[in-house]
Amino acid sequence: MDQALMALLTIVIGVGGCVGYFWASNIVLDKVIFPARGLEAGRNISRANMVRPWLFLFPALAALGLYLAYPVFATAWLSLNRNEAGELVFVGFENYRQMFGEDKFWESLRNNMVWLIVVPAMSTAFGLLAAQLTDRIKWGNIAKSLIFMPMAISFVGASVIWKLIYDTREEGQAQIGLLNAIWLQFEGGIWSTVLVQDLARGGAWIKLFRLIGIAVGAGLIYVALSWALGAATAELPYGKPQFWLQIPFWNNFFLMAVLIWLQTGFAMVILSAALRGVPEDTIEAAIIDGANPFQIFFKVKVPQIMGTIVVVWTTITITVLKVFDIVRAMTGGQQETQVLANYMYDKLFVAVDWGVGSASAMIILLLVTPILVWNVWNARKEMR
Amino acid sequence: MADLVLKNVEKAYGEVKVLKNINLDIKTGELIVFVGPSGCGKSTLLRMIAGLERITGGDFTIDGVRMNDVPPAQRGIAMVFQSYALYPHMTVRDNMSFALKIAKKSQAEIDAAVDKAARILQLTPYLDRLPKALSGGQRQRVAIGRSIVRDPKVYLFDEPLSNLDAALRVATRIEIAQLKEAMPNSTMIYVTHDQVEAMTLASRIVVLAGGGISQVGSPLELYERPENEFVAQFIGSPSMNLMTGEVVGTGSETLIRLDSGGMAKSAIPTQVSDKGMKVKIGVRPEDFVETEGEAIFTGEVEITEALGEVTLLYFKRQGEAAQVVAKLPGIRPELRRQSVKLTADPKKVHLFANGKSLLYR
Repeated sequence: MDQALMALLTIVIGVGGCVGYFWASNIVLDKVIFPARGLEAGRNISRANMVRPWLFLFPALAALGLYLAYPVFATAWLSLNRNEAGELVFVGFENYRQMFGEDKFWESLRNNMVWLIVVPAMSTAFGLLAAQLTDRIKWGNIAKSLIFMPMAISFVGASVIWKLIYDTREEGQAQIGLLNAIWLQFEGGIWSTVLVQDLARGGAWIKLFRLIGIAVGAGLIYVALSWALGAATAELPYGKPQFWLQIPFWNNFFLMAVLIWLQTGFAMVILSAALRGVPEDTIEAAIIDGANPFQIFFKVKVPQIMGTIVVVWTTITITVLKVFDIVRAMTGGQQETQVLANYMYDKLFVAVDWGVGSASAMIILLLVTPILVWNVWNARKEMR
Repeated sequence: MADLVLKNVEKAYGEVKVLKNINLDIKTGELIVFVGPSGCGKSTLLRMIAGLERITGGDFTIDGVRMNDVPPAQRGIAMVFQSYALYPHMTVRDNMSFALKIAKKSQAEIDAAVDKAARILQLTPYLDRLPKALSGGQRQRVAIGRSIVRDPKVYLFDEPLSNLDAALRVATRIEIAQLKEAMPNSTMIYVTHDQVEAMTLASRIVVLAGGGISQVGSPLELYERPENEFVAQFIGSPSMNLMTGEVVGTGSETLIRLDSGGMAKSAIPTQVSDKGMKVKIGVRPEDFVETEGEAIFTGEVEITEALGEVTLLYFKRQGEAAQVVAKLPGIRPELRRQSVKLTADPKKVHLFANGKSLLYR
């Protein structure tokens, strides 16, 4: 109870303090420093108006300077030093040399690259798809709310949810993990369940659905055959519970699914607004010009919202470069799932190696900066 | 070559019918103008012809083929939108060739069509520009060019000039008239709320009001022989004056005693049985002439507007009656606050009973 009261008090003081600062500083500026009376009233008003933006920006600038700008330089300095029993010893680029020699670092970098390609691409694609598909239907807003909801969940919370989805029990026990529960349905291989096994059962609609499934499946089989030669020899362990988060390389993708799930809502909301902004009559002109729905979407709508797509893409890219919580909470970077941010955490707080930790932080900063600049540049262009 | 027939066409949004009983025959080579007050459904009717709005009742055919359920692209129509509706991310050339590319025409064919249209519309120097680098008039020409390249049977214009400034509007109006002249076999349907555009461009005007067609006819027919009070007042500016009265003399000419005390003579014939009928007479402001003798209307001028060639006189209202307006030749500001007696040629005096013209009985 005490803690709740403290929290409430903190909020009141914080918000009240902000309001108080703006109110009081404004009064002081207008009444004391540049009063709007006397001979210089006009000049004082314009001078006060010149000062006012800086006055109001000051708290934000000071806080950002203290908590953002200073740490950057401090981290850069730390990355050039070694911590020996509490003493900083300057070692130049030794920390970097050591880091570049570690396999785990290169694994993080490689994994980050895969994350960087897969997550923004999938999130933006799914977001765009959801935005377009929910645009004109009655329950579109409900669907959108559902897709957007994960945005309200913290990364760690999402990780816990997905850990349950990937959960694995001993063979023979009831599987509480959703993915394994599905996996176990494919006892005789995936096609056995989708196509053949249950065709005889179920009502007319289900039968029709399965028949369509067979037709689609037949098409897919043809595509699959080209891959099959290699894959056919590989025996997939159908019917056995899998330790999803321990399958090397592929476990990365199971982690990415969490972030894609979280970010699709963000992409959808922004892109949905952008799609609404596409002038209706350009779409009607395209209809009269004979374009089919796909051509309208890809040749008329998407090019018109390309700027927004780029902003969404780069914004998600930055989130991805910083990804930490999901990996920390789900695998801790084990089984080849290490990423840079978690590598930094391991070095800084687990191995207490400030030097290498700071060096890896600098690498992340180096990677984020160009994307950030591009993102801001694009966002400003969109606003004009 | 395209004959359009609309038969009992209607449009309903749920229970509400916004258009009903639309019957219209449009022949090849005509330039039909839809006019009407805002909300009368003129744009909706055009969009139904285009296929952008579903036709909820009746039949619409082009050259005898029923079009109700044919997708817009296969109706052989092209449309020019009020807001131009150019694709902002495509150059002028790409804008004009989009439809042909979709139709999978050969590159040589596309180039030929685009170059020809660009030449007609003087857009050749701008072919590689984006729409945002063009002026309003040029954008509208690109929109027209986009229609021309498709070589449609029917051109549809949805208030194409309303986004242009006054001077450009006149110039573009003339360009559209010349375009029509150059393509005598094309059928055009043009929606506007500007009656000057309607009067100057149309071969026939369709006046829409209250969800139906009020009258169809050539511009001069509508001006000289309006079928009803609505058309009488809608065509012409300022609108026709309507005054209530009673038939007192019948025959090849009709004599009306007006409630305001004046006497009017109309060239519209009536029968003896019409004596005592309550009617409204209609006189256009420009048909009034000053008189010393018997007057249709006598009143005090409240405001004068001297426009140079003519002077508009706005008379003081008398009771419930609408304000009477007269348009006299020359510059006459001295008439302000004066009492003026007006009459008109009996051939120019229209007669309406229950809103309908007695000429069409």
